[in-house]
Amino acid sequence: MNQDVRIRLNGISKAFDGETVLDNISLEIHDKEFITLLGPSGCGKTTTLRIIAGFETPDSGDVFFDGAWINDLPPYKRQVNTVFQRYALFPHLNVFDNIAFGLRIQKCPDAEIREKVKDMLALVNLKGFERRRVSTLSGGQQQRVAIARALVNQPKVLLLDEPLAALDLKLRKDMQNELKNIQHKTGITFIYVTHDQEEALSMSDTVVVMAHGQIQQIGSPTDIYNEPINAFVADFIGESNIVDGVMLADYRVRLAKHTFDCVDGGFDKNEPVDVVIRPEDVDVVKPEAGMLCGLVTGVTFKGVHYEVIVDVDGFKWMIQTTDFVEEGATIGLSIDPDAFHIMKKSEFSGMFGDYSSFSDELEKLSDVTEEVEEE
Amino acid sequence: MKKRSVFERMAEAPYLVWSAMFILAPLLFVAYFAFTDRNGSFTLENITSLSAYSNTFVMSLGFALIATAICLLIGYPLAYCMSRTSERTRNILTVLLMLPMWISLLIRTYSLMALLDNGGLVSSFLVGLGLPKLTFIGTEGAVILGMVYDFLPYMVLPIYTSMNKLDKRYLEAAADLGCNSRKTLFRVILPLTMPGIVSGVTMVFVPSISTFYISQKLGGGSFDLIGDTIERQFQNAVTYHTGAAISLVMMILIFISLAVMNKFSDGGEDIIV
Repeated sequence: MNQDVRIRLNGISKAFDGETVLDNISLEIHDKEFITLLGPSGCGKTTTLRIIAGFETPDSGDVFFDGAWINDLPPYKRQVNTVFQRYALFPHLNVFDNIAFGLRIQKCPDAEIREKVKDMLALVNLKGFERRRVSTLSGGQQQRVAIARALVNQPKVLLLDEPLAALDLKLRKDMQNELKNIQHKTGITFIYVTHDQEEALSMSDTVVVMAHGQIQQIGSPTDIYNEPINAFVADFIGESNIVDGVMLADYRVRLAKHTFDCVDGGFDKNEPVDVVIRPEDVDVVKPEAGMLCGLVTGVTFKGVHYEVIVDVDGFKWMIQTTDFVEEGATIGLSIDPDAFHIMKKSEFSGMFGDYSSFSDELEKLSDVTEEVEEE
Repeated sequence: MKKRSVFERMAEAPYLVWSAMFILAPLLFVAYFAFTDRNGSFTLENITSLSAYSNTFVMSLGFALIATAICLLIGYPLAYCMSRTSERTRNILTVLLMLPMWISLLIRTYSLMALLDNGGLVSSFLVGLGLPKLTFIGTEGAVILGMVYDFLPYMVLPIYTSMNKLDKRYLEAAADLGCNSRKTLFRVILPLTMPGIVSGVTMVFVPSISTFYISQKLGGGSFDLIGDTIERQFQNAVTYHTGAAISLVMMILIFISLAVMNKFSDGGEDIIV
């Protein structure tokens, strides 16, 4: 077995009240890795984390930690610590005592505790907050205390359950950088749970995309973004146009009544496929020069670019361009061969990737509220 | 500041009148009688003569403290177990606990007496089994048992409420940081349910220290507690003034003990007195 595997999940399944939450999950987590479990609410990511922490026991399957079977090991005996979604700082203790909690349980000498807590407060930029009551801290400060309280125990693995979900956007970005720095400095394995794909891409070494209690894809952020395995992953990570296509031969794909050159091969002749084209990979050209032609039905200014919805024979494409186009105009679209990503058909085919309703943003918003209620 | 409307002032008038008539006026009467003699002139004699009752004070305090401690020792684990059962069981247990509270304390005390009396049910049962008959009524134990039996629900309910309010995430956080269940109890659950403990202790201690019928009925007349003494003074017009003085001193003692207890609860939030 690989020496550097810290945690191994083997065929984990879990159901609550007869409802399957995890369906045969297998995963290896390596030492010093920053791994993110990413997925919409109800995909099983938090349950996976709670199984690693010991708060839930899997119905079937095995959990190994450094090669030892730990299914039945209670949380307090595990060498992991958790940063809880809404912090769960002890309200009867001040900042110092909250951070010192774990060390006191381990019967660490007082002088050492003072030293370690001081170092932790410096690490999370909260020098001088020792005597403050946790109820007087802002959300971001409470978050840092929660991280310090977990890290001070020098766990082999730190589990983070949507730690930034309750913070506002600006603070979230700052904390993302800080967490990444802390992980770098301490060299501790981080297992991070989030439903925010941007967060997952910018922080992780490895991203695990989950849906319906199953792992859809495991890979580096670039792999996940550039080579999504199915329509769900392509849609969940970033924006994508997902178009029905047919593989005519290797490197030849037909979609939207046109035949294009592409760089993917290895499919059966005339196999139906899902084709992903990222909005930033489509160039706007004059109608007569375009491979495809369409009518602009919506333009949204996004700061760095415009988001343009183009109707091509009834299928609405999203295109990101820095050139302004007018609503109602007819434009041509040009796509390079390496912009096509061909995927096998899956259970998710046809469910995503058409921008005719453009409901993603709404879905994501409702995800967040569900997530909060769920806890 | 916003001026309050006539309606608002009228709405709170009945409460003010009520408080004045049934809380403030009796207190003033007690204070007046405590500091006057039979002719209505000012005197401190009632207060200074109280040294004769110091044994009674000490004994009452002792009984109340023991009863409160036993209630806490039984009530806290009971509340802890209740909060950990399923919702169905929890509701049944709560009703069982509340049921006796729907019956007058006096009746409950009488029935306890009927059960434990020298010729009572339990005693007859024991004799029927060929065991010696019960001689329990009239002992310290009987008085304490009466207090514990009568006041236990007042200990359990506030503690149970604060247990139920306790966020499960704190328990998970404690386990995550290395606490087994015993350490979680002492380091997290106990401090976080302190407001419930203080409420429960208050609600058992105050009626225990001032009770008179429990000691009369179950103590068989052997224990003259402070409540009995006050009752006796007020049955006789001549000793009204002494009775008032004892009441006043006891009120002050109770207030002092409440203040001390509130110190434990960290700012004294959520106290039900």
